[in-house]
Amino acid sequence: MTTAALQTTAALKPLRPSDFGHWQAHHLLRRAGFGGSPEQVRLLVEWGLDRSVDHLVNYADVPVEPIRADDFRGDIMRAPSPEERLAFRQAQQAQDEVTLERLQRLRQEREQQDRRQVRAMQQWWLKRMIETPRPLEEKMTLFYHGHFATGYRTIENSYHMFLQNQTFRKHAVGNFADLCFQIIRDPAMLAYLDNNESHRQQPNENLARELMELFTLGEGNGYTESDIKEGARALTGYSFDGNEFLFRKDFHDEGQKTIFGRRGMYNGDDFVKMILGRTYCSEFMSLKLYRFFVNDLPEGPGSEARTVILDLAQLMRQKKYDMAPVLGSLFRSAHFYAEANMAGQIKSPVQLVVEAVRSLKTPIIDLNILVDALDLMGQSIFFPPSVKGWDGGRSWINTSTLFVRQNLLTHLLTGRLPSGITGSSIRSSYDAMHLLSHLSKDDSGEYVLEDAVDFLLKSCLGPKPLEARRAALLEFARANGGRVNNELVIGLLCLITAMPEYQLC
Amino acid sequence: MCQEHAYTRRVFLQKGLTMVSAATTVPYFIQASAYGLTNPFDTMLTSSIAGKPQERILVVVQLGGGNDGLNTVIPFGDDNYYRARPNIGIAAGSVLRLKDADGLGLHPNLAGLKELHDNGLLSTVQGVGYPNPTRSHFTSMDIWHTADPRQPSGNGWIGRYFDNTCNGTPEPNAAISIGREAPKAMIGQINKPVSFETADLFRWIGKDLHETMDKPYEAINRGGDEIEGVKDGTQLEFLTRTALNAQIASDQIRSAVRIRPLVEYPRNPLGQQLQMVAAMIRAELPTRVYYVSMGGFDTHAGQVGAHANLMNQLGSAILAFTKDLKAQGNDGRVLTMTFSEFGRRVKQNASQGTDHGTAAPMFLVGPMVRPGVLGNHPSLTDLDQGDLKFGVDFRSVYAAVLESWLKTDSRPVLKGAFKPALVFNRSV
Repeated sequence: MTTAALQTTAALKPLRPSDFGHWQAHHLLRRAGFGGSPEQVRLLVEWGLDRSVDHLVNYADVPVEPIRADDFRGDIMRAPSPEERLAFRQAQQAQDEVTLERLQRLRQEREQQDRRQVRAMQQWWLKRMIETPRPLEEKMTLFYHGHFATGYRTIENSYHMFLQNQTFRKHAVGNFADLCFQIIRDPAMLAYLDNNESHRQQPNENLARELMELFTLGEGNGYTESDIKEGARALTGYSFDGNEFLFRKDFHDEGQKTIFGRRGMYNGDDFVKMILGRTYCSEFMSLKLYRFFVNDLPEGPGSEARTVILDLAQLMRQKKYDMAPVLGSLFRSAHFYAEANMAGQIKSPVQLVVEAVRSLKTPIIDLNILVDALDLMGQSIFFPPSVKGWDGGRSWINTSTLFVRQNLLTHLLTGRLPSGITGSSIRSSYDAMHLLSHLSKDDSGEYVLEDAVDFLLKSCLGPKPLEARRAALLEFARANGGRVNNELVIGLLCLITAMPEYQLC
Repeated sequence: MCQEHAYTRRVFLQKGLTMVSAATTVPYFIQASAYGLTNPFDTMLTSSIAGKPQERILVVVQLGGGNDGLNTVIPFGDDNYYRARPNIGIAAGSVLRLKDADGLGLHPNLAGLKELHDNGLLSTVQGVGYPNPTRSHFTSMDIWHTADPRQPSGNGWIGRYFDNTCNGTPEPNAAISIGREAPKAMIGQINKPVSFETADLFRWIGKDLHETMDKPYEAINRGGDEIEGVKDGTQLEFLTRTALNAQIASDQIRSAVRIRPLVEYPRNPLGQQLQMVAAMIRAELPTRVYYVSMGGFDTHAGQVGAHANLMNQLGSAILAFTKDLKAQGNDGRVLTMTFSEFGRRVKQNASQGTDHGTAAPMFLVGPMVRPGVLGNHPSLTDLDQGDLKFGVDFRSVYAAVLESWLKTDSRPVLKGAFKPALVFNRSV
């Protein structure tokens, strides 16, 4: 047990170790990660609450596929060299249309190449989420991607997106303050919010505004329009050159600024420091973490949820924004496992896909199809819809995304694709029987149908499936002879994953 | 559709009168109806056929890639046009000349639009654009979708329209787009469009696995929130309700598109999409805005043949669609509007094509439009970095569509006041 385990308050009272059973382990694996197989759930139960949380949160010793800076190309969207710029200027002066055309075509080819690279990155990250032995690392990376939302469409530089993704991963359960200092140096963010050109004579307020409104304090929480303007002055000169942060001294406003009522020759780092010192910051971040990990419809003031959020914020301040102990306390708390917080969250498209593959162990026929499906379901990674990120919750679901969700699961289980979508249509080699491996068999060596149906329902939906569902599945199974074999189990899983409640985790 | 909104004359009269005095303090959706009441020309042009629904419909046709406006509505009377485009200019002899529009005509393959023009069903708005235009496809498309050149990363204008009119309650199937991805234009904070490529994809494929899958699936997804154990106000209640809506919409849409259309459609992608839209309108879906799109307009090289094909698709598909709506008796309640993210450079390039430009024409189609060629053709000599200067801000066209056609206050939707362009009949 680590010292972090001892961090408690009344609202964050830990779950009694004896209450950590199958469903609690199942819940923890889903929320602190992307779900797990029945064996993994059993392993966590065996380990107990503390060891399980510790394993998920303090993952530094868990070996993982390393990521190298040259896993993706960093030079595709490089700025033109002085020679290239000269050639372009000369062609322009000479009105040499043929050369201009050639240069333009080269540029377009690089843009196309870059779009292919971002596509490859989408597949790479999705695969990593599916395979990682450190699920919380990727889950927090996804959290920060939605929190510090930056979109490829605007910056059109895949390598900058890759670098940002690595920054999120590096700080995933690390220190949020460190991440904030990093994010004002992040080329993707600086380009996305136009800070790279921000000049003391005409400061761009975009980054200063979103830094407070969306990234740290929350809209209207203790800052004024004037703080935004002064913060923007402090951030002038925070730019990049190629793939590296660059402080452009000549762009920076060295003058006096007044931020939150204090005067000083502040720079961007001072501005971030002052923001982090405000109580609003820890409270806003706690709320966001709560909505992401616990419940996206937290109840109003005075409720237990509010108290938990405030206590988390206090802990965050105490730990100087170290996220590991904060997350650890949350995942140990009895509140986290309260009935209202289990299977009550609408899965994001990423959660749906990754959890399905991780927990059912379906084969991946084609990552391309999965990336496409994420897009159709409204969560194209590296392409958040705006700086606000994804709204999440009910906004994921409408009549068309619901069909995409159901069809995607059928695809994972059977290999089948809706006609019209091009892609490999290999018959499924999925072995679903492994899910039942620990169930006992009857005298004739067969699984008992009712046991199998109950087990599949519960492992996909949680401990209390609706009674009507069980009846529908049993009727289906009996119409097919009632013998528990691979085909029947796949059929049952297709129906279970088409249930409205399958969208919850 | 959302019941709060005064779309029909009946609801309008019931609700409108009491709202006028409170117009400055009530939410936008009510304000809009009160605003409508004070409009003396508000005669609600709708279908004359008894029993037909009255709700007005907007169909948006997106031309992706940047349509060459100058080879669509052609200034054949201006020598500068032929000077700038010695190889790709459309010969004056083959241009389809428009009555009452001196020196202007349509691409020879736009016979469909010419017929609509001759019948007073086409409004051609010239030189539409926005200030400080970007020549990036992505950004310019986002600007048209969000109607916000400064912050083109927020919600779409049609999405905001629904968010504002429906008082925060998402309306299932209020907005349908045909295509793989939901267009940003239709994505609101609350309201998200239904989108599908073909109606066959708007269903569960698991039914094809085995005949026994159908029955349990239906039992599971058609229970709605009446299923025992589903508590009010929970995510599960929301999901079961949406699942039922999805089944109903799937039934409606798939049975709608199975019915033979009343007219022959051209066998091109836009024609097929508009045929589906017409079928859904005919089947009286509650949908208020449909969105279709065709691509291929990014004609950097060898554009003559490629662009001619696109023009043929566009003209023939819209003509068939208009005829179909007329045959259905729905023509009076359907407005069709085309746009592209930008036009193209005035001067042709070295590859017999054109590069990204700025202003371009928009078409509005239907008996409610003010027919003819509207606005002035942008000058071919007074240019901005080789590109046309816009004469009409696209947001003023949107404002007209919102105010006059959809009867809503355009200001919250467009995040500002834009004078509606005069693109509708006075009686609309």
